[in-house]
Amino acid sequence: MENSLGSAPSLLEVRGISKSFGTVRALQEVDFTLRAGEIHALLGENGAGKSTLIKVVTGVFPRDAGVVRLAGEEVAPRSAKSALQAGIATVYQEVNLLPNLSVAQNLFLDRQPMRFGIVREGEMRRRAKALLTGFGLDIDVAAPLGNYSVAIQHVTAIARAVDLSARVLILDEPTASLDRHEVEILFGIMRQLARRGIGIVFVSHFLDQVYEISDRITVLRNGRLVGERETASLPRLELIRMMLGRELAETTSARAAAGEHRARGVCASFENYGKAGYVAPFNLELRHGEVVGLAGLLGSGRTETARLVFGAERADGGQARVEGAPVRLQSPRDGVRHGFGYCPEERKTEGIVAELSVRENIALALQAKRGLYRPLSRREQDEIARRYIKMLDIRPPDPERPVGLLSGGNQQKVLLARWLATSPRLLVLDEPTRGIDVGAHAEIIRLIRDLCDDGLSLLVISSELDEIVTYSDRVVVLRDRAHVEELAGGAIDVGNILAAIAADGAAVALEAHT
Amino acid sequence: MTALLPRRGLAQILALIVILAVDRVVSPQFFDLRLQDGRLFGSLIDVLNRGTPVALLSLGMVLVIATRGIDLSVGAVMAISGAIAASLADSHGLPVVLAEALGAGLVCGLWNGFLVAVLGMQPIVATLILMVAGRGIAQLITEGRIVTFTSPDLVWLGNGAILGVPVPVAIALGMLILTGAVVRGSALGLLIEATGGNARASELAGVGTRAMILSVYVWCGVCAALAGVIAAADIMGADANNAGLWLELDAILAVVIGGTSLFGGRFSLVLAVLGALIIQTMNTGILLSGYPPEFNLLVKAVVVLAVLLLQSPKLSGFAGVMARLRRTKP
Ligand SMILES: Nc1ncnc2c1ncn2[C@@H]1O[C@H](COP(=O)(O)OP(=O)(O)OP(=O)(O)O)[C@@H](O)[C@H]1O
Ligand SMILES: [Mg+2]
Repeated sequence: MENSLGSAPSLLEVRGISKSFGTVRALQEVDFTLRAGEIHALLGENGAGKSTLIKVVTGVFPRDAGVVRLAGEEVAPRSAKSALQAGIATVYQEVNLLPNLSVAQNLFLDRQPMRFGIVREGEMRRRAKALLTGFGLDIDVAAPLGNYSVAIQHVTAIARAVDLSARVLILDEPTASLDRHEVEILFGIMRQLARRGIGIVFVSHFLDQVYEISDRITVLRNGRLVGERETASLPRLELIRMMLGRELAETTSARAAAGEHRARGVCASFENYGKAGYVAPFNLELRHGEVVGLAGLLGSGRTETARLVFGAERADGGQARVEGAPVRLQSPRDGVRHGFGYCPEERKTEGIVAELSVRENIALALQAKRGLYRPLSRREQDEIARRYIKMLDIRPPDPERPVGLLSGGNQQKVLLARWLATSPRLLVLDEPTRGIDVGAHAEIIRLIRDLCDDGLSLLVISSELDEIVTYSDRVVVLRDRAHVEELAGGAIDVGNILAAIAADGAAVALEAHT
Repeated sequence: MTALLPRRGLAQILALIVILAVDRVVSPQFFDLRLQDGRLFGSLIDVLNRGTPVALLSLGMVLVIATRGIDLSVGAVMAISGAIAASLADSHGLPVVLAEALGAGLVCGLWNGFLVAVLGMQPIVATLILMVAGRGIAQLITEGRIVTFTSPDLVWLGNGAILGVPVPVAIALGMLILTGAVVRGSALGLLIEATGGNARASELAGVGTRAMILSVYVWCGVCAALAGVIAAADIMGADANNAGLWLELDAILAVVIGGTSLFGGRFSLVLAVLGALIIQTMNTGILLSGYPPEFNLLVKAVVVLAVLLLQSPKLSGFAGVMARLRRTKP
């Protein structure tokens, strides 16, 4: 094991942690050391055991073996709550707040300001407002949390954890649903906390972010510790090798010239398509074999556009056409019938059926498309599941495992498989690589290209502009729920996209960071 | 280690065996069977026969619960269909009687399904309406009296036998096979489980979740109507006040004992029916034992608790707990 001893005293010491789920050995004798005042990235492929390590340390899962010491004292929390009392605040990968309660109530759950045994609502809202303003969020804190997007829910969870003023703060993929702007705010706050001597554990698949914010990196692979390094002295390729256990094949850049696709026919088109109070009417043409990227800030109307295109939301004006013929898209069923597919952004609530197996989740959309009376036989389902588990390298490769027990990134792959199995003509992907590790990320982008070469059209939303630039033939930029600009060919680069996003000056601050 | 965990259905089968054994102790003739006038008699047959209404109800209920719903109106629907059957029995042929009674169940199911799937009401509230109103409707049909009939056809439905097997039992078995064939032979089973597991995700995957929900309530209504007809045929009359009273609770219990979660998702038809049998075996056992029937409720509660404990994920880590205990010992 490679180890470099730091000078700061260790705050959180994890030694020899093991954890198995049935026959899956999720963690095997893992060590981890967090020093006071450092930001420590915990990295590894999907399913490497990062979230499990966090859950074992914070007592969500009982551990099979090992010890955890906080400031030299052994601790064995039995729940997230008791971990918190011991001084470890955590934002888990699947944020579990209460959507029916207000934002303010969620922020102050279990610790509402009281007077004479009565919750001081006004005081609580005032403090909630102040807390969120610090994160650049100006929202109605009295509204139910469930009314807001995942991103806002995530910021709320982070704000809550930060405000608990613990000695250790653990953030499991906190930036997965955030925009650059919010990421910058979060990083600012993390740095501030670190200066106060708090130790922060940070999980992410965005290596840029890891290099930007972390002091030290611990890598896990297949449930084992690979090593701990100082970020400054660890080259990126070396880091990737530690994570994957192999070299990452260089991804070739730049797609074929857009001109090539002009030759191909139009797959689907939308004229004056829109919905009042949702997205302003837009024109959009998607050609066979073409990737169109949707860029914009959070809440700019990207997801809304995706939902209209797929039929998850009903347009109140305009005309949609598939292969030139006018169609009505009233429901997801219509979309599926016309050969569309949609991977939503909110994987847990809108994507997976946690209790059903990987096989059933993959077969679901295809079965819905075929209808009740043409059931896929068990053998066909097995066959499909096997094929996509192999193609997308879903781990563990067990088709009968309930999908809810897979790691986040692997759940994302299952969703992609669900739609690929329907052989769609148009696939709408909302943040398709969110939570997916570097190796799989490259795989998925390669897969996207192969599919396009076979004539599939893609509409892709991503907050990662680099990614959009890499695979898009055209990029539509949105601002304030309207399509404001379309970039094509050589005009597609991060600078131009940012300029279009920021044209009204609202996001000028962003440019400074690129 | 997974091999040690109780397999699906094992808990229910064990429970049934234990209860049967206890029944055997309180009533030594429990397993005796005899053939008389071409029909089998004995306590076991009694259990099956008496268990039929709840078994039929649980067949519909388990599908409703799998979609994350619940149907409180099945007892009232039994009263309605029983009332219709009894009023028509002496003036119409069996096919007409059955068609009208089951048709009424279908309409009731459509109503519930409409409220839940189309209007989006909460199932418990939506079906509460018919639970209350349904008994009123049944009383209107019987004009507040207990309607009796003598039609031999309908009486046969409740008391006859096919190859020695009581007709109600044969019907329940037939319905189990029919429902199983429809649900597992088509894609319905998967789509219902998906809808119950995550309705939003299923809808986005193109599943017609509304149609799915509507159809399970309709089926539940039809099953309840059939149960009502059989109950009426059994006593050769319809009592709008008492027919099917509280049976919705037994049906829900049967489904839960059968391992289907009230949160929807995975379901098992066979285990739900097994749940109904477990309940009836208990009832019959207590009757035979001579204990006061009040006792019934208490014992029921204990057995339910036991089965649920056996199923709970915390305990199904039972093997895991034991393993951990062993490991912590020096
Ligand atoms: N509750 C559970 N029951 C059974 N297996 C589980 C459970 N949680 C995780 N696993 C398994 O443990 C392994 C590690 O999963 P974990 O969620 O820790 O991965 P991760 O490193 O966080 O991945 P990702 O980057 O995709 O979030 C995986 O093989 C996963 O399938
Ligand atoms: Mg994880």
